[in-house]
Amino acid sequence: MAHTEWKDAPGLPDFSLLKRLARDQLIFLLEQLPGKKDLFIDADLMSPLDRIANVTILKQHEVDKLYKVELKPIVNLVNADKVAGRFRRYKIIFTPQKFYACETVLEEQGVYGDVTTDEWNFYILPLDDDILSLELPEFFRDNFLEGDQRWVTTAGSALRLLQSVYGSFSKVYGIGRCAKMVYESWRELMEDGEQRTRQPEFAKVFLVDRDVDFVTPLCSQVVYEGLVDDLFRIKCGSVEFGPDVTSSDKSIKVMLNSQDKVFSEIRNEHFSNVFGFLSQKAKNLQTAYDKRRGMDIQQMKAFVADELKGLKQEHRLLSLHIGASESMMKKKTKQDFQELLKTEHSLLEGFEIRECITYIEEHINRQVSMIDSLRLLCLLSITENGLLSKDYRSLKAQYLQSYGIEHLLTFANLRQLGLLEEQQAGETLTVMESKVGKLVNDKTVGKLTDAFSSLAKKSNFRALSKRLALVPKSGEEYDLRVPRDMAYVFSGAYIPLSCKLIEQVLERDGWTGMEEVTRMLNGQEFAVTEARSKTDAQRIVLVMFLGGCTFSEISALRFLGKERGCRFIVVTTAITNSSRLLEALLDNSA
Amino acid sequence: MSRAKPEDDEYWNSSKFKAFTFDDDDDEFSRLKESKRAMNSILVVDDDDDDDEEEDGVERVSWSGEPVGSISWSVKETASSIRSGSERSFPKIDTTPSLSKQGSGYSLSSLFKGDLYDTAVRTYAPELRKPKSDGKTENTSLWSAFSLEKFRSLQDKLLLLDEAVAVYDGNLITAVLMYLKKSLSKEILFQELMARDVALRHYVHYLKEMGEQKLLVELMKALGRTEDMALMQYKEHLNIKDEGQRRDFLKSCLGLPFSQDDATHVQDHYTLLERQIIIEASDKKADAEIFKKFPRKASILNMPIITTLYYSCFYHYGESEGTYSSPANIRKTFRISEKQYILTALGARAKLKSWFDVDSLFNTKNWLGYTKKRSPVGFHRVVDILQKNSAPVNVLQEYVNLIDSPELKLSVALKYKCHDIVINTYRDLKDRQELVVYREKLERDSPEYRKIQELLNNVQIRWKN
Repeated sequence: MAHTEWKDAPGLPDFSLLKRLARDQLIFLLEQLPGKKDLFIDADLMSPLDRIANVTILKQHEVDKLYKVELKPIVNLVNADKVAGRFRRYKIIFTPQKFYACETVLEEQGVYGDVTTDEWNFYILPLDDDILSLELPEFFRDNFLEGDQRWVTTAGSALRLLQSVYGSFSKVYGIGRCAKMVYESWRELMEDGEQRTRQPEFAKVFLVDRDVDFVTPLCSQVVYEGLVDDLFRIKCGSVEFGPDVTSSDKSIKVMLNSQDKVFSEIRNEHFSNVFGFLSQKAKNLQTAYDKRRGMDIQQMKAFVADELKGLKQEHRLLSLHIGASESMMKKKTKQDFQELLKTEHSLLEGFEIRECITYIEEHINRQVSMIDSLRLLCLLSITENGLLSKDYRSLKAQYLQSYGIEHLLTFANLRQLGLLEEQQAGETLTVMESKVGKLVNDKTVGKLTDAFSSLAKKSNFRALSKRLALVPKSGEEYDLRVPRDMAYVFSGAYIPLSCKLIEQVLERDGWTGMEEVTRMLNGQEFAVTEARSKTDAQRIVLVMFLGGCTFSEISALRFLGKERGCRFIVVTTAITNSSRLLEALLDNSA
Repeated sequence: MSRAKPEDDEYWNSSKFKAFTFDDDDDEFSRLKESKRAMNSILVVDDDDDDDEEEDGVERVSWSGEPVGSISWSVKETASSIRSGSERSFPKIDTTPSLSKQGSGYSLSSLFKGDLYDTAVRTYAPELRKPKSDGKTENTSLWSAFSLEKFRSLQDKLLLLDEAVAVYDGNLITAVLMYLKKSLSKEILFQELMARDVALRHYVHYLKEMGEQKLLVELMKALGRTEDMALMQYKEHLNIKDEGQRRDFLKSCLGLPFSQDDATHVQDHYTLLERQIIIEASDKKADAEIFKKFPRKASILNMPIITTLYYSCFYHYGESEGTYSSPANIRKTFRISEKQYILTALGARAKLKSWFDVDSLFNTKNWLGYTKKRSPVGFHRVVDILQKNSAPVNVLQEYVNLIDSPELKLSVALKYKCHDIVINTYRDLKDRQELVVYREKLERDSPEYRKIQELLNNVQIRWKN
């Protein structure tokens, strides 16, 4: 397979240290409360907590019972105890950090003092050898939609943590408003803290805001890990496969990471390569099992001792991934995935936009997946630089009819973020195009579109796509078995903008020569030299996604790393995909 | 709608996309299915399967699907034990496989082994080195470093706010804003926030989180953001559970300063709920045949317009436009497009297997009085919907035949196994080879099989291959 061999790639730092650090801090906090205690855990925190500690560890530190925090329970609980004359001690441990507003609530409710507070700086959860997560899905909405910067210092602290444990960085690049703030916050923290001079373990850091590239997370994912995430939702590195996958009556939770030998070979592959690979593996496995036939007792003993266990393990994993592939195939066939992908690719290329609109309209009319309809609308709006007024109104009206009028609020959110917009008067390029489009065929319009785009004031995606060559020329061969660039993660139809920017900046060692690109991305780019170093670490690059990153982007970066002989470590506020991104912006329920 | 353009062919033929299709009769996919059978047929001799799950990367799970011994699992256990009322002690799970492997190393001192780790602790979490035992939390937060109460003049307060904004610390910005909220009059605060976008957004978000709706509305009004204000007030309806109250609330929203488009939508929302309440009241006790045959699964209240239309096409088809529950009335009231109406009615009537109604949706008479089938949506889409409602082959076939483009017709016919159409198409294309291939997919001696046989034996046809 394409990804198994790394040419001379540097080793990765040991991130399990971060888990130990977080666990020890938790234990320390528990030890500060001697005696038996009950622990109430926020639902969002349970999975991350599971990754670094288990019940036995908690029990050893005298945790008696575990509960899930229900809505607004703490204050009520304390007050109820007070009324009943029960005496207990209460402590709220905030993680990753305490907010002033929370303490004020305690004060207003009259329990400040009865309740003490503390912080557990559990900033980073390593999800895999090369994926670190802040597990802050709320970062995206809070920062980009609400404009609340409460997580800026959290991200800065996470970087400081990495720097304290693994050494400093030689260069920092970034793009985006939030990226800039995080960098500043991190710098402040480092200046306040103890100065240390350790050999850097990472060469370079790249900070990128999610809103620099919305197109990539809105595309359907077609690499194995991304597809699993789109369909089954990977949570904290673990996924629950239902009975349709396990071919039994129970569901099973599985950790998906490099420890799973089958998964690690297919995770970055385009889905079309996965079948062949799994089939071949299954065949080999059968052959290995077949060796048993005709063995004598001694040989059988040796077989059981040396090989059987490994075979059984492989057997189990293989069955699981075959089951998952089959189930994904069924689901995708049912939703006419092929047609959906065709529409996405047309939008990315800017061809046959009218047909795309018709497709989206029918998608809405048939009330199929509310999120997919919204995703296509956003993709249309971003790639076309907003919708024509009449299209916007008609599509919005139909959307509200199909999925509920309360989505008015969702549309307001999307508009504010620039994900789904109505073209303002003056931005009539597309009108002109569609008029021209009636006269000449689509291919010519494509060329005209490009010509117009470079003139337009705000024509971002098309022009960016052209300048950075994100969409390969149609008609060219693309062998998905031997990917030639990062476009393979989207069937050869599109190179993720975020990853392309990273590639370009690393190549140029800065933003020089990319002035036009950054101008189209609304500026906010920076490059800072921190220290000079000439070690192997030069080839480890840390990329921090502020607002979430997709598995497709991670796969693309792994591919890039392999091509350039370096390794990427992804730090993200959370793993995201199109559904998570859009769900964070819905406002259709109380 | 016809999608067969020359570009289409290019699309399918360019190898960029040809490499793979999400189609279940893909070759690779059938190979995979075979592998699955093979995997299932491998018999594993011994039954100690459960001992080594941890290493397999496949965790052992409890009945609820959570890994045994995990914290999430344990929380559920506690919850269920509470529900059952028994004061059980902490669930024992000594056999959890992961425990033996993690074994030792829980005590703090034994953790200071590795050199790197040691440094990390020293610089990053110094409290781990010298544990304090008094349990008091040391408050190192920024805001306690200075007392906000010292900032009394407006100028000082604003300096403080600007300083917080300058260090990008959202937590700090909110803290200062909370102080300003307490110590400044609304008017002054609003006034100052107008020129400070970052602070303003923090303030709005803070008020939203604290549920201070009234103040929020006032703020929006003061800022002149009337549309935002209207939406914010409209949002409140989501918190009202009682449908009557919700309807009345929506009515009160009608006068809010929405944008022109949104005003229409909100008006629709009110009308819709009003109608739904009427329909629901009468259908709840309805005893018409259709309600007995297909009992309602849920109430129609708060459903989208299209769902309501579907419901009406299902239960109230053919009613006169005068009744609120009739499809015609809903269609007219909410200005539903012909295309949307046809798609919805088609789905509902097909679900009921009323093929006659389905036919009449598309029948049109031309000026000579002939009936002809016309559709505002592509017939391939119609076939799709019919097929999903398990229409019989003869119905399906009729609509497949109406698909304009020959290529699309053939691919749809192949997909849904409309043998006659497939065979006739190959015959018309004079494609002997495809016929031979197709024959092999059919059951021997079925009528279709024989039909191909006859064609192949027909010497009149001049095959192209």
